[in-house]
Amino acid sequence: MAKILLEMKNIVKTFPGVKALDNVNLQVEEGEIHALVGENGAGKSTLMNVLSGIYPYGSYEGDIIYNGEVCKFNKISDSEEKGIVIIHQELALIPYMSIGENMYLGNERGKSYSINWNETYGEADKYLEIVGLKESSHTLVKDIGVGKQQLVEIAKALAKHAKLLILDEPTASLNEDDSKALLELLLKFKSEGMTSIIISHKLNEIAYVADKITVIRDGSTIETLDKKKDDISEDRIIQGMVGRELTDRFPKREKKHIGGVAMEIRNWNVYHPLYSDRKVVDNVSLNIHKGEVVGICGLMGAGRTELAMSVFGKSYGVNISGQLFLNGTEVKLHSIEDAIKHKIAYVTEDRKGNGLILSNPIKINTTLSNMDAVSSHKVIDKDKEFLIADEYREKLKTKCPSVEQNVGNLSGGNQQKVLLAKWMFTEPEVLILDEPTRGIDVGAKYEIYCIINDLVAAGKSVIMISSELPEVLGMSDRIYIMNEGKIVGEMKAEEATQQSIMACILKSDKGE
Amino acid sequence: MDNKIKISEAFKKYTMVIALAVIIILFTVNTEGKMLLPQNVNNLIAQNAYVFILATGMLFCILTGGNIDLSVGSVVCFVGAIGGKMMIEHGFNPYITLLVMAVIGILVGAWQGFWIAYVRIPPFIVTLAGMLMFRGLSNVVLQGMTLSPVPEGFLDLFNNYVPDFFGGDGFNITCFAAGLLACAVYIIIVFSGRQRRIAKGYRVPPLTGVIIKMFIICAVVLAFMFRLAQYKGIPNSLVWVAAIIGIYSYIASKTTTGRYFYAVGGNEKATKLSGINTNLVYFQAYLNMGLLSAVAAMVTVARLNSANPTAGNNYEMDAIGACFIGGASAYGGVGTVPGVIVGATLMGVLNLGMSIMGVDQNLQKVVKGGVLLAAVIFDVVSKRKSFIAK
Repeated sequence: MAKILLEMKNIVKTFPGVKALDNVNLQVEEGEIHALVGENGAGKSTLMNVLSGIYPYGSYEGDIIYNGEVCKFNKISDSEEKGIVIIHQELALIPYMSIGENMYLGNERGKSYSINWNETYGEADKYLEIVGLKESSHTLVKDIGVGKQQLVEIAKALAKHAKLLILDEPTASLNEDDSKALLELLLKFKSEGMTSIIISHKLNEIAYVADKITVIRDGSTIETLDKKKDDISEDRIIQGMVGRELTDRFPKREKKHIGGVAMEIRNWNVYHPLYSDRKVVDNVSLNIHKGEVVGICGLMGAGRTELAMSVFGKSYGVNISGQLFLNGTEVKLHSIEDAIKHKIAYVTEDRKGNGLILSNPIKINTTLSNMDAVSSHKVIDKDKEFLIADEYREKLKTKCPSVEQNVGNLSGGNQQKVLLAKWMFTEPEVLILDEPTRGIDVGAKYEIYCIINDLVAAGKSVIMISSELPEVLGMSDRIYIMNEGKIVGEMKAEEATQQSIMACILKSDKGE
Repeated sequence: MDNKIKISEAFKKYTMVIALAVIIILFTVNTEGKMLLPQNVNNLIAQNAYVFILATGMLFCILTGGNIDLSVGSVVCFVGAIGGKMMIEHGFNPYITLLVMAVIGILVGAWQGFWIAYVRIPPFIVTLAGMLMFRGLSNVVLQGMTLSPVPEGFLDLFNNYVPDFFGGDGFNITCFAAGLLACAVYIIIVFSGRQRRIAKGYRVPPLTGVIIKMFIICAVVLAFMFRLAQYKGIPNSLVWVAAIIGIYSYIASKTTTGRYFYAVGGNEKATKLSGINTNLVYFQAYLNMGLLSAVAAMVTVARLNSANPTAGNNYEMDAIGACFIGGASAYGGVGTVPGVIVGATLMGVLNLGMSIMGVDQNLQKVVKGGVLLAAVIFDVVSKRKSFIAK
């Protein structure tokens, strides 16, 4: 048996209110390619952040043993010194710097008061050749494509004398040819003795390159599959990823009254706001009935949020085309204000960034989208505002000392409730909930599900975008599956399983 | 224990008020009481009216996200130059001149607001450009010369005093009566609001705190009006300042328009996704700043009794300083009109006290700079646990 290069033992990492990693164990042998798989939010990236020192020693429990010694990394440079280099999902290159400058950023050649540019570019070219990138190191990063940028990232890691290379979703933004080349490169490194950890959603790629696969689910390691011994087919991996039983984590809806069509979208197309030739939503048609919960699932970057926001008063994207019908009549929504007036609400996935004003109290956040209801002639009735916020606090069981409390001091689950209250106060008919339970604990999730059930019981329509398949299956009446901007499947909840949904996504990935 | 927390909280909340009181006492002691002579109290308002007016407008710019307006000093000069030219060279009626000045201020504000709000050019750049352009234009309008004197009709509006209707001898009874009336109205508003809330069963703050606060405010107002009454009564500039503070304080705290400024500064994306026109909010901030710059220009022209090409120099710094000392956040979203009044008063007291003491002009700048830095350091550090950023 080969030498164990890295061992992570009983790693526990908690964020306020959430246990992100719960007793994770990982063993990586020298010279292997080890894959980490799991659903969105399972804890893969958190684990790698612990390993690379982004979360410093002391902020987590457990031990990291690398090359036989216990490591206590306080910052990224500590782990890089040991040869552990992480390449993040979002490329961390500076567009207006040359390839060479980027590769040696923070690791400059020469003296700190006099950078040796000849050495910088000479060395850079050497590494570019190793990764097979045919570009001069003087080229600006903005002038090369994403595939090449990914190679620059790898060359940058090599320049730091990486012994353990960690790649977080390296092929997520690459096309098929670039992905293939990247995987071949990893295999080549492996034959030269390099150890790599690869995080990926693309199971076919993993099955191709990985020697071992560790499955993480809900912050815990479930199993490690060995290519030599175990079956590592996609089905087998999916089973590991989603294998939990559906218990009563979802409240039952007593009676279902599914009425007529509340909203319908036909042939909806949206382009990226910056790269206006990139289509992010591609000819999507869907509908939702009154009293129905419709789930939209798909991987990150499938275009779900973009679809929702473009419907919500064109708050995302350019060159939006398609038809939107509310209760059978076509409407054109030109602004968010329009959308709110037509009784559509969009509850963002990023409650801290896009949803709430953290430095303001609950009551001000609650009424912000519907100030007209608490004011006359633009003069705010603060007593009424307080009462309304308090009413929602009681209704949604938000735990807080009072509605005067600043939202920033609440836990994630309670923040989510304030955000829901804010949009319920606009009295919408169609609510689009984007990742409504992201980053909140199980108890609060259950309460959010109850709120959703109450809403549909009152005849509202709820579109739930979620990356958590069990949640989509447990809550929805009907499920749409999105991938790469398209609707690739529609299922009734009774007929859908996690396996069938994953299979549907993977099938469309292959372009079938 | 509970009481202790409340005292430390109150201390934190009113730090600047306490600092202001301490500074006033220090100056009073060091000037052997000259600081609080009736004439000096009067000068505090007359000399610093522009700070109050500009700082009120600046607050709304800062609220949108720590955005400052560097051009106000130049705009004051420019609008003043046009007003001076109209009245002194062309003999226009003072009232028409006032109207034209206001319109020009609004146009300047609209010009800068358009670039900032709709084209999203950084405010620092737009107003830096404005600072240069309007300073230059003032010189063009005045051809580099100082125009004076300003017609009496115009001066009266700002430099005169509210007449005493009761004919007191050496003591302006109207002035003190106005102080009493203001206190009475304030007390009635507080108590009737409190009664209404109790009747509806809402939570109300403890009575002792309310009464202490009310007592202090009334005592300060009455002492202030008493001093003014001993001099010549209520200066007209105080009426202008009071009106502006009253209106903008109401807008900031009671209206949806005001609420949106705070929301944009707190989280612009969330505000936009709440269906609020954030571009319009930015536009309003700078449009209004233009209008208030025009008002400050009127006060300045009257006070200097001339229109000259160096008027308004460094006014922007006084206004920005007053906002930050008064507790506005350099990141936006936080700040109140009353806070700004305290900040502007503190600036004014520093100016006045040091002048009376005969402190060197250059040293005065050092002190004011130091106070500004200390106030913002306090604001930033008190919001996090460690002194050094991590």
